Amino acid sequence: MENFEPEIVAFCCHYCAYTAADMAGSKRISYPANVKIIRVPCTGKVDAIHIMKAFEKGADGIYVAGCLEGDCHFKNGNTRAKHRVQKVQMVLKDLGWETERLEMINMSAGMGERFAITALEFTKKIKQLGPSPIKITNTEKHQQAAD
Amino acid sequence: MITAEQKPLQEIIEYISPYDRILLVGCNECVTVCAAGGRKEVGLLASALHLNCLKQGRTVDIKEITLERQCDPEYVEELVSKIDSADAILSMACGCGVQTIAERYKEKPVFPAVNTKFMGASVSQGIWEERCQGCGNCLLGITGGICPVARCSKHLLNGPCGGTSNSMCEIAPDVNCAWCLIWERLKTLGMEKQYEEIMEAKDWRPAGGGGPRKIVREDLSL
Repeated sequence: MENFEPEIVAFCCHYCAYTAADMAGSKRISYPANVKIIRVPCTGKVDAIHIMKAFEKGADGIYVAGCLEGDCHFKNGNTRAKHRVQKVQMVLKDLGWETERLEMINMSAGMGERFAITALEFTKKIKQLGPSPIKITNTEKHQQAAD
Repeated sequence: MITAEQKPLQEIIEYISPYDRILLVGCNECVTVCAAGGRKEVGLLASALHLNCLKQGRTVDIKEITLERQCDPEYVEELVSKIDSADAILSMACGCGVQTIAERYKEKPVFPAVNTKFMGASVSQGIWEERCQGCGNCLLGITGGICPVARCSKHLLNGPCGGTSNSMCEIAPDVNCAWCLIWERLKTLGMEKQYEEIMEAKDWRPAGGGGPRKIVREDLSL
């Protein structure tokens, strides 16, 4: 697991985090390629099922990046997203997964550096946690088959 | 409507652990409205069960379907074509739906994925409160539209007990005293006289005290 490169999905709001990512690009601030961005019109559009399906398909970590609290373009989409993230965290806890694999993050469109730092820190955290429990099981199965 | 809440995930996992092919059945009625067992919740539960199986290295086939109404035999009949490819059924409907499926498909084990709670109404988004106990003899016409059977902790029929304090019930600070609500409502309606009428001891047989209840409508029966 030393060379483990996590797959991270970032659901980014078009009006803030996605623009912040763009800003990071314009400023030539690099961030880990592990982070795969999915642009959404508002984090309120991110449903619990989208997060669950991403985990099912092998994501090691997921974060939902929305506008600063009180600044949602659609009034309260980011608050709704926060509640959904908390709900999925409870499901992960029930399943024996680390709840840290999922996080809600807030930033504004001008925070290009914050976007890059968030991506870097989240990637580091997931690297420390290791692959998702699904991948661990698959690796063990393959090893057993090889033995 | 009938309200319900999803059971703890571990309890559901325990139920279905001996089986490899699960038919997960939701219901489009009450449990959809109270976000416990509709199409969306079926998808989420299926996903959570998948994650659990993948973690255990097991391959479990979970088929999802949401019926229009699980408490009606006509709709439960829709499962006929899917039932053979399932080892067990996991129902996200209320207790009525689970039992309708169990009666129709006697050879398949059926497990509930939700706990059926009460007959309630939505007071605001995400909050439901009990409003009816189905006592079989509605008193709302003489209590200003507020039910003392469902909303008084002691089901008292002739005014509040000594446990009322500042219009709240002694059982919890956020539970209204039903009889205070009734009195205020009767005052608003100018029907205070009604409060003075003594209600006789209630016959609890129609409320279930006389055994399982049944309605027979000969005009509708085939």
